[in-house]
Amino acid sequence: MGRLKLTGDDCESFLNRLCTRNLVGAEVGRSYYSHMCREDGGILDDLIVSRFESHWGIVCNGVNREKIFTWLSRHSPRTDVTIEDQTLSTAMVAIQGPKTMELAGELVDPDTLSMKRYRFRVFELMGMPVSVYRSGYTGEDGFEVVVPGGLVKLLLPRLLGTKDRPHPVIRPAGLGARDTLRIEAGMPLYGHELTEQWDSLTAGQGWCVDLTKDFVGAGPMRKLQAQGLPRRLVGLQLEGRRIARQHYKVYSGDQEAGEVTSGTLSPTLGKSIAMALIGSEHTEEATCLTVEIGGKRVAARVVKLPFYKRPK
Amino acid sequence: MKVPTDRKYSETHEWFLIDDDIVTMGITQYAADELTDITYVELPEVGTTVAAGDQLGEVESVKATSEILTAVGGDVIEVNTALADHPELINDDAFEEGWIVKIRPESIEPLTALLDAKEYRLYVRNTG
Repeated sequence: MGRLKLTGDDCESFLNRLCTRNLVGAEVGRSYYSHMCREDGGILDDLIVSRFESHWGIVCNGVNREKIFTWLSRHSPRTDVTIEDQTLSTAMVAIQGPKTMELAGELVDPDTLSMKRYRFRVFELMGMPVSVYRSGYTGEDGFEVVVPGGLVKLLLPRLLGTKDRPHPVIRPAGLGARDTLRIEAGMPLYGHELTEQWDSLTAGQGWCVDLTKDFVGAGPMRKLQAQGLPRRLVGLQLEGRRIARQHYKVYSGDQEAGEVTSGTLSPTLGKSIAMALIGSEHTEEATCLTVEIGGKRVAARVVKLPFYKRPK
Repeated sequence: MKVPTDRKYSETHEWFLIDDDIVTMGITQYAADELTDITYVELPEVGTTVAAGDQLGEVESVKATSEILTAVGGDVIEVNTALADHPELINDDAFEEGWIVKIRPESIEPLTALLDAKEYRLYVRNTG
C-alpha cells in the first residue's frame, strides 16, 4: 500500500474536491473509504483518508502510489497543502479475522478494544508512533497497524512468534488469501472491479459517492445517474468448481453480456463465485447467464453481493 | 524437493514415466506446490489422440490456471478419474496418487530430449 501524509490549512477542501466521499467535517480519529476519479469519472484509485489532529493520511493501492502522488501534486498549487510520500519510511501490517479482538489487547494496547470500525488511534511503542486502525480489506474484523519502517522487524516476531515458538493463533497470510476473502465479502479491488475505464457508480460503489457536492468526476457521474447505468457490477455463482477469472466473457444465451472482473473458488462456501460487469438488463437476481471457461460455457446465476457476511 | 529418479521431466513441469509401452504423466510436486491448493483438473477424454506438444488439459488453483502439455504423442488410454472429486490428490502426492493421464505413445523418442531428475532439480533451482 502507498502511504501519503498531507499537511496544511487547505487539506480538507483540497481532499474534498478530489474525493468522491464528502469529507467536510471529517472527525479526528476517523478513516473514510473513498474513490478518487478523473474528470470523466474513471476511477484513479480507491483509498482510505484518515483525519489526524494536525495532518491527514491517505492509504492508497501500492500500484497507484506514484499516480496518486502526481495527481495530488498537480492539483495542489495555489493551496496550502504539502504532500509527503511516507511509503518507504513506514511499514503496514494487517491483523484480520474473527479472533482478532480477543488478541488485540495483548498485541497492541488494551485501549484498542473500545475502538469502533474505521476509527484509529496513535500509540507509542518503544518510543515511536504507531497508528492502529480498526479496518482492513478482508470482510472480517481486524486491525491495520502502520509503524516506522525500522520497527516492523520487532513487531512481526511479536505477532507471529518465532520459528521455534510460533504464535498459537496468528498465521502469516499473503495477497492470495486476502483476495479470496475480499471476493467472498464482495469488496472491489483496484485493477479488477475498479479501473479508469469506468466510474464508481458503475462499480457499485455509489455509497462512497456524494453527488450533492462538487468533486472531480462528479459531472459525468450525475449524468449517468440521471440516464440510468448501462452496466453494473454483479455477483455470479457458477456451477461446478472451475474458476471464472478476470476478462472471461459472460453470455446471456448467445449474446455477450459482459465480463468477469474477479473470481475464485470460495473456501468458506465451497462454491465458484465471481464478480462481473454486465449489461444492466441482465443484472436482476437469479438471472441465468453463462461464463466461457476454457472454451466451454459454464452456467452461472446472478446473486446478491456480498457472497458471505461475517456473523456480528 | 522431491524428484523421483525413475522418470523424465519437461521444462513446463510435467513428469513422464515409462512402464512397458505406456507413458504415465502428471505435474511435478514443485509445480503443485507453486500452484497451491488445486481446485479443479480438466482431463482429456479416453481415446483422444494427441500430438507431442499438445495441451491435454488444465490444472486450476485459486492462484492460477496452468496448461498440461504432453511431450509425447499417442492415444490417451486412461485418465485419473479420482481427480474429478479429489483434485487435491495432486497437491498431496503429485508423483503417485496424483498422476493425470496414461498415454500409449506412438514413439518415446521425444522423451530422450527431456530432463532427468538431476537436470530438473538444477533447472528449478536456476529458474525458480
